[in-house]
Amino acid sequence: MSKINFFKPDKSNLNTFLYLGSFLFFVSVLDVLLNSFFSLNLTGFLPGFLSYFLPLILGFVGLYFIRIELSGIKQLDQLNKHINTNNFNAILSLLIIFIIIKSIPPILSWFFVDASFAGDSKDVCTGTGACWTYIKVWMRRFMYGMYPNGEQWRINLSFIALALLGSVGYFATDKFKKYLTLYYVVIYPFIAFLFIFFFISGGPVFFDFSYGIIAAIISIIIGFFIPSKFKFYYFLIVPFALYLLLKYFIFYEELIELGKLDGLNWVETGAWGGLSLTFIISFFCLIFCFPIGMAFALGRRSGFPLIRYISIGFIEFWRGVPLITVLFMSAVMFPMFLPADFFIDKLVRCIIAISLFEAAYVAEVIRGGLQALPRGQYEAAKSLGMGYWRMHIFVILPQALKLVIPGIANTFLALVKDTPLIFVVGLLEIVGMLNLAKTNPEWLGFAMEGYVFAAIIFWIICYAMSKYSYNLEQKYKTDR
Amino acid sequence: MNFKLKDIGPQLLTVIAVVLVFGFFTYNAQVNMENRGIDFGYGFLSQESSFDVQFSLIEYDGSHSYFRAYLVGLLNTILVSVIGIVIATILGVIVGIARLSPNYLINKFAAFYVEFFRNIPLLLQIFFWYFAALRALPLPQDAEAMFGIAFLTIKGLYVPAFIWQNFNIFFYSIVAAIIAIIVIRYQAKKLQETQGKQTPVLLISIGLILVLPLISFLIGGVRLSFEVPVLKQLATTSFIYEGGVSLPPELIALALSLSLYTATFIAECVRAGIQGIGKGQKEAAASIGLTPNQVLKLVVMPQALRIIIPPTTNQYLNLTKNSSLAAAIAYPDLVLVFAGTALMQTGKAIEIVSITMFTYLSLSITISLFMNWYNNKIAIQEK
Repeated sequence: MSKINFFKPDKSNLNTFLYLGSFLFFVSVLDVLLNSFFSLNLTGFLPGFLSYFLPLILGFVGLYFIRIELSGIKQLDQLNKHINTNNFNAILSLLIIFIIIKSIPPILSWFFVDASFAGDSKDVCTGTGACWTYIKVWMRRFMYGMYPNGEQWRINLSFIALALLGSVGYFATDKFKKYLTLYYVVIYPFIAFLFIFFFISGGPVFFDFSYGIIAAIISIIIGFFIPSKFKFYYFLIVPFALYLLLKYFIFYEELIELGKLDGLNWVETGAWGGLSLTFIISFFCLIFCFPIGMAFALGRRSGFPLIRYISIGFIEFWRGVPLITVLFMSAVMFPMFLPADFFIDKLVRCIIAISLFEAAYVAEVIRGGLQALPRGQYEAAKSLGMGYWRMHIFVILPQALKLVIPGIANTFLALVKDTPLIFVVGLLEIVGMLNLAKTNPEWLGFAMEGYVFAAIIFWIICYAMSKYSYNLEQKYKTDR
Repeated sequence: MNFKLKDIGPQLLTVIAVVLVFGFFTYNAQVNMENRGIDFGYGFLSQESSFDVQFSLIEYDGSHSYFRAYLVGLLNTILVSVIGIVIATILGVIVGIARLSPNYLINKFAAFYVEFFRNIPLLLQIFFWYFAALRALPLPQDAEAMFGIAFLTIKGLYVPAFIWQNFNIFFYSIVAAIIAIIVIRYQAKKLQETQGKQTPVLLISIGLILVLPLISFLIGGVRLSFEVPVLKQLATTSFIYEGGVSLPPELIALALSLSLYTATFIAECVRAGIQGIGKGQKEAAASIGLTPNQVLKLVVMPQALRIIIPPTTNQYLNLTKNSSLAAAIAYPDLVLVFAGTALMQTGKAIEIVSITMFTYLSLSITISLFMNWYNNKIAIQEK
């Protein structure tokens, strides 16, 4: 055994240093643990300042002793490599360990130990912990807003049905795979709209629905006899023309009655709220902002100067203003721009405003993908005789969109996180409902619980979305 | 025919559509305003505003004009944005570097911070700080002094005020120091490019910015004293602090949440930037004999900044725009003062919303133009 130099731990005295170092380190951790969990102060006899820093000093000396390179012990080398590379790192590691130990008991006691779960009135919340009773009592309001209690099954049913319909893609056989895009881009949003229109709203708020159904059925039947060359233009024009024709020239009261479902009370959009409203708004904005954004991304790269400048103007305008002013605009300025008898529902105005706003961001993200494609792709597509639309639909966009999955996912995340802003126009989703509940005289003083609850919900949603986008990115990653 | 219909057609259609939509809106706006008896015009800006604003950087009360109220709101917006940008940048850079640390604990701690704060809506965070966290602070009479001079209470943060004598001389000395630093930097760069000599620019700069103001204190007649806030009793249970500078809790909550939120995005930009530098660059720099500090300063950072700056600019812009959420907690920023109170009083929706939007638009464009210029300056000059 060679001479021990305590300022220079080395391999020859490995065991001495290892035992001494680990002992000191564990003493320091134990001190903090006891202090934090049982409020015992082992070092209380020392003067205040020293007692405060003693664990840090002990732990630091301990970590210094066990910092022996190439000790031959695998675990020790790993430990040194990961948390104990030099003095600075050792202190930071210790601080983080101590902070974690110190913060566990208060958090645990606030969340669980001292918290009250039972009961349904404020009286049970006497402890120092959180009052989850408050959340329990207000749960329906946080989830459904002012939607009548007896009608909430409509929201539940719609959401479950939409979730099931949305998961069709996972079960589709190869035969139906090619129709999935059509399904998700056109049919699914339409079904979702029907559900929300019929079930959640429960009335002909937006347009006379039965005319639309009849026009669609008639035009689809006739559509079978139209030559494929004109089919696109046919479906672009005829259904709408038919709808207008039915509505303004062939007017039957019976048709309007046909469009109404009996037995469902109409719930105005002002009463919608809570988390369900967050979902509804995010869902529709997500659906609308994508095609608009794509159109403006293509417009910004278009060869026609006028179209390009209009697209640039649109994108830069929406990107330059905060969403809150856009919502202000939709609330106070937009009605001035419409004919006096033309009424658009507040929720619809909101959805339009948010969609246009996010579309500008989506457009920039997609433009990034379009710019990242090598010119050869465009030239190859053109040399095969493809026109502008065929080239973009079959060659350019599939590759460009694949590249920008993370960017689009970020934009959608931002969209979900922006939905609470609709409080500006008086719609109350979950954060708005929290602020309302907070000012209720019977439940004063529970702001913290409410915000923590909402934060957990949003965190789960956003984290799940970001992880999903990461998986998607990995799935579609192709070597280029 | 000289021109091709194929080229003109789509453009013409688009322009006609845009003109039609705008025409439709303008026509309706005119009809609506005529019906409601509102006239269009910006003349109201010079009228007396007759409302008060709680917190303003310039002198303001109800007898001032609407334009002055607009300025108050704008300055408050700029104030909170600048504070937020400074804190977010410092925090973001630290966290971004910590994300790359080989230390497992630090790395995970930084990752936890980023994942935690960026997945919660900003508005929720602002509400949390304002309505839950800052409400737990002590009342003015119970507050303990921080460092003996500052008081953090439920009514805001009270810090000592600086009372200057001959402030202009002090100001000139700082300006002189900055100009001198710019000149020295320029010379040092020239020296390095022509003769390869390195000058300790950083040390000289720090020295200059300390020494010149110090001289102004010693011989320029500049005097600085502090006015410490003092507790004053208004009624039996009502206390306030007098003297010093008071920062309202709205400002604290807003600056805190904005910077904590934006710092997560800046941290990711910094991490991506530093990771984007190839290992070969560092090895090449080390192999020609540069010290680790020189590698960082001359090779890694100039390249990393090129990757970091454009997305960080976007984050600065976002922070500035997000500061408009101030309206939710009644911090008197541009949106609350102008698009809120002033709009309610005058009813001039179109004018006020358009001015507000135009202001944000010009703020954004100013920042992005400046950053584009800077970005071009440091971009690789390819031949």
